[in-house]
Amino acid sequence: MTGRALTGNSLRIGATIFAAALLALSASARVRADDTVSLSLVLKNHQFDPAEVHAPPGKQIAIHVKNLNDIVSEFESNDLHFEKIVPVGSEVTVYVHPLQPGRYNFYDDFHHATQGYLVVP
Amino acid sequence: MLASLVIVFREVFEAGLIVGIVMAVTAGVAGRGWWIASGVAAGVLGACLVAVFTGGLSELFGGSGQEVFNAGILSFAVIMLTWHNVWMARHGRELAAELQAAGKAVVAGSKSLLALAIVVAIAVLREGSEVVLFLYSVAASQGGASWDMVAGGFIGLILGSLVCLMTYLGLVTIPTRYLFAVTSTLIAFLAAGLAAQAIAFLQQADILTALDETVWDTSWILSNSSYLGSALHTLIGYVDQPTAMQLIVYAATLTVMAVLMKLFSAPVAHRPRTA
Repeated sequence: MTGRALTGNSLRIGATIFAAALLALSASARVRADDTVSLSLVLKNHQFDPAEVHAPPGKQIAIHVKNLNDIVSEFESNDLHFEKIVPVGSEVTVYVHPLQPGRYNFYDDFHHATQGYLVVP
Repeated sequence: MLASLVIVFREVFEAGLIVGIVMAVTAGVAGRGWWIASGVAAGVLGACLVAVFTGGLSELFGGSGQEVFNAGILSFAVIMLTWHNVWMARHGRELAAELQAAGKAVVAGSKSLLALAIVVAIAVLREGSEVVLFLYSVAASQGGASWDMVAGGFIGLILGSLVCLMTYLGLVTIPTRYLFAVTSTLIAFLAAGLAAQAIAFLQQADILTALDETVWDTSWILSNSSYLGSALHTLIGYVDQPTAMQLIVYAATLTVMAVLMKLFSAPVAHRPRTA
């Protein structure tokens, strides 16, 4: 008896979560602002060039990174939630959600001395 | 040498935590050594393939190939871990009885072992592909592999494997009657963490944008870049600056797993029924 009641509850909880997940996913189809800010960086001599970039608050940002080192990089940021391999000679793009004003760090995960900042005034 | 040591250690360390848990989960099950070794071997092979094709992989899906691939294999690992826990909820008791009776479970564990071998393969593939990419790239930039690099990589591999061994040895000191509860819980959190990682990949690729704002920042207490932070990231999915969607998916994975384990749990034997 209790077992059955528990199962019923479990099913209800499961269904509720599933519905919430669907709702959240459909919300992601919201109309995106067309004005994504594009930032371009190169990796050269184990440094980001430029090492500090700026973007306005509240806008989605696309960061393009081209690797001109002779060694592979992993473009990564805890502050901005991304990690992506950048093969030698390639360019990759990561997207960053609209930001509050602040100073956000990113780095090369294969070479931690290579650090850069995204500043939002 | 230090660079290759650090990179190899870090990646092997992360994969080693997962392999150590899987070894503890399957302790005493016949044939588990073969399954886990096969998982590691498949992962190493996969890592080499992924490393070779990273350039091409990046170009897929309008430049989001890496993210789609990572999110895909992470989701697959989540399904395998869920499947394992549900399977254990159903058969764990028989398995434990069989283990105690015969000292070894003969066939009962093999299906579940496949799921865990796949999880091992995915962990090794993900971390291993970065190792292969990095070492290959260092070798290419130097015009060939140097002894320095090989020695560094080897020491990193040994040290990382020690972490795997310590995880295993630490877990198997837990008394058998608690081990199942502990490892099920570990696997549930591991799965939730991997699901949240998959979400991060979809968000950075601009595929998933809902609820992508950062909810809190605990990097001043424990940064994801620290060893403890990255160990907890691997084990329970610790993220110092999670997004709302990551938190929702994390909680949802734990809940769905708990619900499924309850739904499919072994019926209590010989329970009198009222018609």
